[in-house]
Order: sequence, then structure tokens, then C-alpha cells
Amino acid sequence: MPAIFTFFVMLLFWTALSGKLDGFHLGMGIVSSSLVAWLSHDLLFEGHTKKPGATLVEIACFLRYLVWLFGQIVLANFHIAGLALSLHPKKKLDPHIIKFRTSLKTDFARFVLANSITLTPGTVSVRIEDDIFYVHAVTRRSSADLAGPGPGEMERWVAWVFEDGSR
Amino acid sequence: MILDILVIIAMLSGLLFFVATTVGIIRFPDFYSRVHAAGKGDTLATTLFLGGTILYLLRDFSGETLLTAAKLLLIVFYIFIASPTATHAIIDAGYEFRVPYWTRSKKDNGTEGDEKKMDNGFYPEDLKG
Repeated sequence: MPAIFTFFVMLLFWTALSGKLDGFHLGMGIVSSSLVAWLSHDLLFEGHTKKPGATLVEIACFLRYLVWLFGQIVLANFHIAGLALSLHPKKKLDPHIIKFRTSLKTDFARFVLANSITLTPGTVSVRIEDDIFYVHAVTRRSSADLAGPGPGEMERWVAWVFEDGSR
Repeated sequence: MILDILVIIAMLSGLLFFVATTVGIIRFPDFYSRVHAAGKGDTLATTLFLGGTILYLLRDFSGETLLTAAKLLLIVFYIFIASPTATHAIIDAGYEFRVPYWTRSKKDNGTEGDEKKMDNGFYPEDLKG
């Protein structure tokens, strides 16, 4: 079953990239999509146990999250541009590493959280060991949300999208 | 006309963020903060650039330009995943190899390029002993 889904996703991707709908190109697409689906059908939907309806809700929540994340990315860029173009950047910088324990369970949710941390103002995720996130922050203010007690705003968002947490 | 102005605004602000990123890479004191500049700036700047290109393409609307716009959108999507992942890979490798870092407080003996062990928990073993 995952192999069939993978096949259709790959075929859609092929058609979008080639943009040609004649028999030759579609035939090539079908051949290579089935090859990829056969070789790696256990990769794309690995560990995904939710029902199709729940998956659609999850995608909708994720899109809502992306809107919020994009706002954070814009803030991050103004922050880093402001630091870079200020007269004395070293006076404003205060780099340090913070650690915090996450409450997220699944690997994918942690991956999304780590990438979101990297994209938001002043923080880059360094590594995840067991439940502990290592995050590098350039100013004290930028790490305040993550270092606080309990899950920060972003972690609550990710939990809301993937693990039925409250926002 | 309005579309043209939007395209110009998107392109110019993208350019501005790229300049800020480059200046940041040159001016920031150590490896870690340089990675900050490199990892964040290019995500939004590339999005603005490609967004401007998509708008410019869609001025003469047809199936062909729509397909090209969809492909550009795929590139934006890819960059959104790849850029933070690459940033993470670089900074994690630096952390693994104990790249010297810059710190602010005098107490920590933080000078540029000072590799002396410091008790501020920057590296995991700093905390242990």
C-alpha cells in the first residue's frame, strides 16, 4: 500500500518537472516512478500510522504553522540584518549555548522543531541527544523563549500540529 | 504596473538581505555567529528573489509560465528544508570538532579565537568537570 502512494507522488512530481504529457515521457515517468517506489517504498511514509482523514487535518495544521513560521523568519532576517549592519556588532552579541528537554515524541516532530529553531530569530539548533536540544543563540533575548520553564511557544505549536497538544 | 512595483520591491529587499548576510558573515566574531548570518539570510532572500521571479513570469499568464512558476515554488520549498538542515550540519560539525568560540563576558576569559576551556557550559564536558 505505501508503495502505491509513493508511486503516485513520484509520478506527480515527474509530470510537474517534465511538463510533457506525450506517451514517451509519461512512459519513462511510469517506469522510473515504479522503480523508485519499489526500491524505497518504506521511506516516504515510514512510521506514519495516522488515518487519511487525520493526515489531512495534520497537513492543514502544518500549513497554518508555516504562516506563523514565515512571520518568524522575516523577524529573524531583520534581527540578523540589524546586527550585521550595526556599528559595533560585537557589543550586541552575546553568544551562548542553551539546553532544554523536549516533550515531543516522534522523530519528525523533532526534526520540524529543530529546523524551525534554526529559522527563527537568533537561534540555531546544534544537536539533539536523546531528549535534549542543544541550541546556539547569539543574544540573551533570542534564547528567552526556549530557555524558559516548560515548552516554549514554538514547541507548543509543533506539538499542536503533530501530537494533538494545545497551542 | 502594480505587479511591476511588487516585483521590484521583492527583488530589492531580497538583494538587501543578501548584502546583510554577506556583511554579517564578514563582521561577526566567530564561526558560530557567522553560521547564524549565513543560515538565516539566504532563506528569506532566496524566497523573495524567486517570489519576485514568479510574479514577473505570471504577468503573461499561460500554462507554460504556470508550470515554470510551479517549478520555482518547488525550489523555494526545497530551500526551506535544505537551508536549515545544512546550517545545522555545519554548526554540528564545528561543535563536534571544538571550533574556538567567542564569548562576551570577561570572567569566561573570552577573547577572539581563545580555545581555553571555559566554565560556561558551551561544550558538554565543561559542565561535567
